[in-house]
Amino acid sequence: MAMPMLPPNWPGNFWAHWAIFAVVILVFVLLMVMFFIWLERRAMAVMQARLGPNRAGPFGLFQPAADALKILIKEDIIPAKADKLVHWLAPVVAFVPAMLIFAVVPFWGGALLADLNIGILYVVAISSVTVVGIFMAGWSSNNKYSTLGAMRQVASVVSYEIPVVLSLVGVILLAGSLSMQQIVAAQDIPFILLQPLGFLLFFTGALAEINRAPFDLTEADSELVAGYMTEYSGMKFGLFFLAEYAEALAISAIVTTVFLGGWRGPLLPPWLWFVGKVVIIFFVIVWIRTTVPRLRIDQLMALAWKFLFPLALLNLLITAAEILIWPAASLWIFVPVNIAIAIVLVILWSKFFKLGWGKVEV
Amino acid sequence: MTTTKEIGINTEPFVVNFGPAHPSTHGVFRMRVTLDGEVIVDMEPVFGYLHRGIEKLAEERTYTQVIPLTDRLDYLASMSNNLAYCLAVEKLAGITVPERAEYLRVIIAELQRVASHLCAVGFFLNDCGAFMTPVLYMLRERERILDFFDMVCGQRLTYNYMRVGGVSQDVPDEFIPAVKKFVKEMPGWLDEYECLLKENEILLARSKGVGILPKDLAINIGASGPVLRASGVKWDVRKADPYSVYDRFEFDVPVGAAGDCYDRYRMRVEEMRQSLRILRQAIKDLPGGEVRSDVPHLIRPPVGEAYGHVEGPRGELGFYLVSDGSIAPYRFHVRAPTFINLTALADMMRGWKIADAIIIFGSIDICMGEVDR
Repeated sequence: MAMPMLPPNWPGNFWAHWAIFAVVILVFVLLMVMFFIWLERRAMAVMQARLGPNRAGPFGLFQPAADALKILIKEDIIPAKADKLVHWLAPVVAFVPAMLIFAVVPFWGGALLADLNIGILYVVAISSVTVVGIFMAGWSSNNKYSTLGAMRQVASVVSYEIPVVLSLVGVILLAGSLSMQQIVAAQDIPFILLQPLGFLLFFTGALAEINRAPFDLTEADSELVAGYMTEYSGMKFGLFFLAEYAEALAISAIVTTVFLGGWRGPLLPPWLWFVGKVVIIFFVIVWIRTTVPRLRIDQLMALAWKFLFPLALLNLLITAAEILIWPAASLWIFVPVNIAIAIVLVILWSKFFKLGWGKVEV
Repeated sequence: MTTTKEIGINTEPFVVNFGPAHPSTHGVFRMRVTLDGEVIVDMEPVFGYLHRGIEKLAEERTYTQVIPLTDRLDYLASMSNNLAYCLAVEKLAGITVPERAEYLRVIIAELQRVASHLCAVGFFLNDCGAFMTPVLYMLRERERILDFFDMVCGQRLTYNYMRVGGVSQDVPDEFIPAVKKFVKEMPGWLDEYECLLKENEILLARSKGVGILPKDLAINIGASGPVLRASGVKWDVRKADPYSVYDRFEFDVPVGAAGDCYDRYRMRVEEMRQSLRILRQAIKDLPGGEVRSDVPHLIRPPVGEAYGHVEGPRGELGFYLVSDGSIAPYRFHVRAPTFINLTALADMMRGWKIADAIIIFGSIDICMGEVDR
């Protein structure tokens, strides 16, 4: 299949390329984040038998803009005993990595800021920096809820990083490259079919990393009020909010690129395929949020170490074995095999595995 | 699980104040929780933020004027409060209630139980972290019950509907068909909620075995209602000391076994089904006639004392009245079920995590208006 590809240095000049894509990424992220906020509120409202935002603009589409305006003119409060510099720096540290991820996400063949040959490694590395910002926020706020929320976040991100990375290795083996561009190019069959278990593990782990439900313990509003964001107001809160949705967007974009064949698809223009897949993934995230209760912190850890981690190792082993033993076989043969393996393993693990520890004697 | 002390890291427990303004305190309850990391070492409840002196206020009012005060106790189940108070006054003054009024009282009280349990279950699931969805679904059904109350008395929260010797007025003609329709549809809605969350793996992991209230402790603290029955004690005022016309209806008292949060949640759902059963029978047998016996405006009960109690949605709700022969009660005491159920809170919480504390607290289903009075 001939793919429409832009030349790597389009439109020919390095600086022009850099400037154009910097603007494209900024506009894309901000617009999509606004759209996601609207979509989440609207979709959740429909699922919860209510109306949702419907006053500002058609279908309440301008609600995020109105919210942004409100946040901008709010008073910026720094708690009296806060560590002021860290408190000020934290939202930036949390937000910047979420933006940086998009540097390697291809919107189209060749349409990306930097086609790093270690693209996916870069994504994994950068995305875990956000947690530093969150911990800075929790620590500097001098608030117990914030600290507890931040501690939970650090614990969960450190644990979930491992299954997330391991589940991506299977894809890398299949694609034979770390470059996001090459991974998309290798997906004549979308990797979600070849790596169903990998997809499940990555998606679950990613939900925990960006602390979306059911892993939203960091800002569990029924327990910790607002977690690490409790002491933030004004645009600093806005940046955290933005970072959270930018991360959700980044995860959706990475899932799209790595598992759903990125921009590839028949008939429609490539960028539309890309955006459409991203929106579908985000919709699934929202759907999960409205459906399931929240896990407890020890259950969250147990899920990472007892369930996701061994399954990710097994997935890697099976994928490697398949590639090593039948290098010439058509990949279509592996689709039913791998789906069957995924189902069997998930059922097997859910049988002999218990969530959490329960009560502690005090 | 090993605690940090066993590993050899020197840590100190620290105190976190949950409330009085916190998303999950169901009002203005405050918990001073001592934490070791995420584990609760101790919990000290702080009450009184909503104290309005209702017991004292009642002693300054005539017997009929006290009824609106009872609305303000458990504001999620005002009708049950009205009923319990009226029963106490009727016992004190020896007033009989017409047949139709008795049936209307049962219908209203059972509707109130369903409404209150819908709230309780919804907010419990919300505390578990199911973000707003169950609570909004259940409030949708509760809204219909509030519409019924609106029909009979024009109010949606503080009804002031029951009177000493009956109810304030007869129900409008459209009330009975509307309740009939509701009773027919409600089991379907309950089934829908059940299939959405009953067997959810996360809910089971979160609430099964969590916050166990042992049977003997439940009896010793004097717990009542779903909290007591979840611990395996079959005790329901409607069966143990039938008031009104409850002895004429056929219904079961669901009993749990483990006494954990999950059982308390199950109890409430099962009780809603039983309430619908009672409603079906009561509507079928509803007789005609007067809805209020001939009671003077100023009731002067003879000198003496009386205790009237009902099985409210949250437990045994009792009013203890002492009369000195005047137009106002000499002493007015409320046996608030949630206040008494709360006494075991610290025992249930110790050793669990913060997240569990919230759902244990939510599973007791308190109403601060009643706890603080």
